Amino acid sequence: MDMESTNGQTVYHIKKGPDGTLLSIEHFDLWYGETQALFDVTMTVEKGFVTALIGPSGCGKSTLLRSINRMNDLISGLKTDGKIVLGDTDIYGPNVDVIGLRKTMGMVFQKPNPFPMSIADNVSYPLRVDGIRNRKVLEETVYNALVHAALWDEVKDRLRDNALGLSGGQQQRLCIARAIAADPEVLLMDEPCSALDPVATAKIEDLIDELRGRYTIIIVTHNMQQAARVSDNTAFMYLGKLIEYGRTSTIFTNPKVDRTRLYVTGRFG
Amino acid sequence: MKSDPHRAVTLPLLLKKEEPAPVLPTDHTGQDAGPVVPPAESVGKELSRMQIERRRSTAWDFRARGEPFVWGLGGALAVGIIMILGFIALVVYNGIMTFYPQPLEVVSLRGGGTVAGELARVESFRPGPDILQQLPEDIRARIGNDKGFARRFLYRTGNYDLYNEDFRWVPEYDVVKRSTPKELYFFERLEWGPFIGTIKSIDLKDVVVDGAALKTGTLNEAMDQAAARRSRIRQLERNEMGKINHYLERGRLALKKVEMTHGEHSPQYRQAQREYREAAAKLEAQHAELSKEAQLIKDQDSKFTVTLADVEGKEKTLKLSEIVRFYPANSLTFTDKLRIYFSRWWEFLSQEPREANTEGGVMPAIFGTFCMTVLLALAVAPFGVVAALYLREYAKQGKLVSLVRVCVNNLAGVPSIVYGVFGLGFFAYVLGGSIDALLFPERLPNPTYGTGGLLWASLTLALLTVPVVIVATEEALAAVPQSMREGSLACGASKWQTIKYIVLPRAMPGIMTGLILAMARGAGEVAPLMLVGVVKLAPELPIDSIFPYIHLERSFMHLGFHIYDVGFQSRNSEAARPMVYVTTFLLISLVFALNAASIMIRNRLKKKFFGGHF
Repeated sequence: MDMESTNGQTVYHIKKGPDGTLLSIEHFDLWYGETQALFDVTMTVEKGFVTALIGPSGCGKSTLLRSINRMNDLISGLKTDGKIVLGDTDIYGPNVDVIGLRKTMGMVFQKPNPFPMSIADNVSYPLRVDGIRNRKVLEETVYNALVHAALWDEVKDRLRDNALGLSGGQQQRLCIARAIAADPEVLLMDEPCSALDPVATAKIEDLIDELRGRYTIIIVTHNMQQAARVSDNTAFMYLGKLIEYGRTSTIFTNPKVDRTRLYVTGRFG
Repeated sequence: MKSDPHRAVTLPLLLKKEEPAPVLPTDHTGQDAGPVVPPAESVGKELSRMQIERRRSTAWDFRARGEPFVWGLGGALAVGIIMILGFIALVVYNGIMTFYPQPLEVVSLRGGGTVAGELARVESFRPGPDILQQLPEDIRARIGNDKGFARRFLYRTGNYDLYNEDFRWVPEYDVVKRSTPKELYFFERLEWGPFIGTIKSIDLKDVVVDGAALKTGTLNEAMDQAAARRSRIRQLERNEMGKINHYLERGRLALKKVEMTHGEHSPQYRQAQREYREAAAKLEAQHAELSKEAQLIKDQDSKFTVTLADVEGKEKTLKLSEIVRFYPANSLTFTDKLRIYFSRWWEFLSQEPREANTEGGVMPAIFGTFCMTVLLALAVAPFGVVAALYLREYAKQGKLVSLVRVCVNNLAGVPSIVYGVFGLGFFAYVLGGSIDALLFPERLPNPTYGTGGLLWASLTLALLTVPVVIVATEEALAAVPQSMREGSLACGASKWQTIKYIVLPRAMPGIMTGLILAMARGAGEVAPLMLVGVVKLAPELPIDSIFPYIHLERSFMHLGFHIYDVGFQSRNSEAARPMVYVTTFLLISLVFALNAASIMIRNRLKKKFFGGHF
């Protein structure tokens, strides 16, 4: 859907992914009280792809990400307009089961936030809140999630130990394991590497690469090299507006909008 | 904001990014320049040498560093700590030393007569002119040399039944001779306080042994037998006969209930009356049998007597079973003293009080304090935690919630006696009165729950301490990182699941701390309790072997009130003073133990929830 628009409008130039669109955001506005944080954001997220959201601080990329699983609901005075459609339901529509919605998505946060319980309990948490008590199911899930999060070998001997004893990078991979334990459709990552050292960052990036295709991943990042390394599509946001959205290679090598070029080459932001 | 890495490297750390790099003097390299003057706001404007000198002057430093204030703060802290430590040292020393047996002194007085007793205190005093006039010349001169002061000794003489006083002041100038005779004994009795004197003779039913010829073994054996008789009588009268009386009373009440429901002339009532009479006859027969047995032992007991003589030769005959403990105070070895010391502690901790609480133990008070504190915790924990959870997690944060919060904080400052009045008015009279009218109409007009009791006292104290728990819990909840909640919500947990699985466990150390602080405060509170159920002497414990085993409506004894009662309401405050110290020591230890337990629990939980990172 290559489309060029006039001045001030978003520029899209992406083709549909192999499996079509999973999520489409349509004319989405968001206010924190009187302050408008998102302006008329329209984009689609393709199934099985890694989509990166980049932009300077305060541009609304985290807000957009947290709008997708309605984590912003926790903030009082929040108002939204427009639609975010997952499959064929508008997640801001009336009668939407927010908890059910969140169960279809996993989320990884900026700072590792393992719960103060054992490693195994952390990973099985999403299943346990769903009321699953079957030990076998839980153990299998823990195993699969930890293997997919590339953490199994490091923690297999201490699954019953407190998760807070892990290193920062391990904690973040544990959080990823937790996010994928209930087999969500979408994996939301909010600057997952910003609190980690380069080695741990590299591990997480490898992991994202592994998970590509299995999950639809939306990742917010400050690190443009990271966006360039891991993502298929990249959206550039600025001051609450989506400026340009396209294939990562295009955004980084041949952006259509000047501001995008300035940003990705490090000349502003 | 990410900026060009090359540019970032060249900039000194303190500079804002947009500003140009400062031009360093060419003859200075980075290392040799000495302390770098922070560019602060005046980048570009170089500070003159004079300005730099002024800024480095030591006088300015002195005040800027705030040395005098640091000393002031440290001093204030030191004063506070010294006061607290002094107080604790006083209580602990007196509390620990009270039960240690003291030697007995015999003092011959100038005007004739002797005094025997434990030396309790020595102090200086100024004898009045009328007293001075009667004194011999040399003593008057000595007192004159000491600026009119003389010393006097306070002796605990005991023998209250003979002289109507426990203590006696003896001025130093009246003392002719002080000695510590070995044959002097200290007797602790069930009644009349201690007796200090010698054993004249002992009458063991038919054998009369003279005091001088008495063997310690014989005496101890006789004493052991007497103690066994005493406890048997007590067992019969208090426990077994008490139980029968209780059943009789219960039967009577059940009968009355039938009368109230069916009327006096109904067949049901007649039936019940018949049954009651049968049961009562049986019980009364048992009662008579028991009382006969008790009387037998009592008759037997009165044949074992001992005749004591005090230092002035006055004699007193009493039953052996009336003596709790006796020892030759001046011929004790260290081991003997320790044995007496610990036996006194054991009595204090495990026995009931006697002699209007000034002697004996405080077991009912310890037990009452313990039961009340446990009930208080059971009542305050759910209410406080639930209230705080709602305030912090569910209520919409706004003016109303702030107002509620302020009110809760102010509740903590309401004088505790006000809670006592409220507890009496609302819990005892309104709630308890309704309970009585509904459930125990047959006992009226005697109140069951409609008066002060353990339950109402605990609830009153729960009300008093609930602000502490709410505030502590709110703080603990607020300290749970938002990221934890978000993590849980993002996993598809509901808000309640998040609170249950993540927030509450994580806040538990703080909640426990608040709860135990509340318990410590409640355990030490006295004023409201005087209105809602604490009594000077409660013969029945709140938990016993009579169904339903836990009697929440009973009034109870409390350590804090015990201190007040012993110290200020007893016949002889001087005699009670050591008990005040010991009881205070016990109460402080109890509160200290509670606090120590709280710290241990908190640390253990902390280790679990705040594990090491990296």
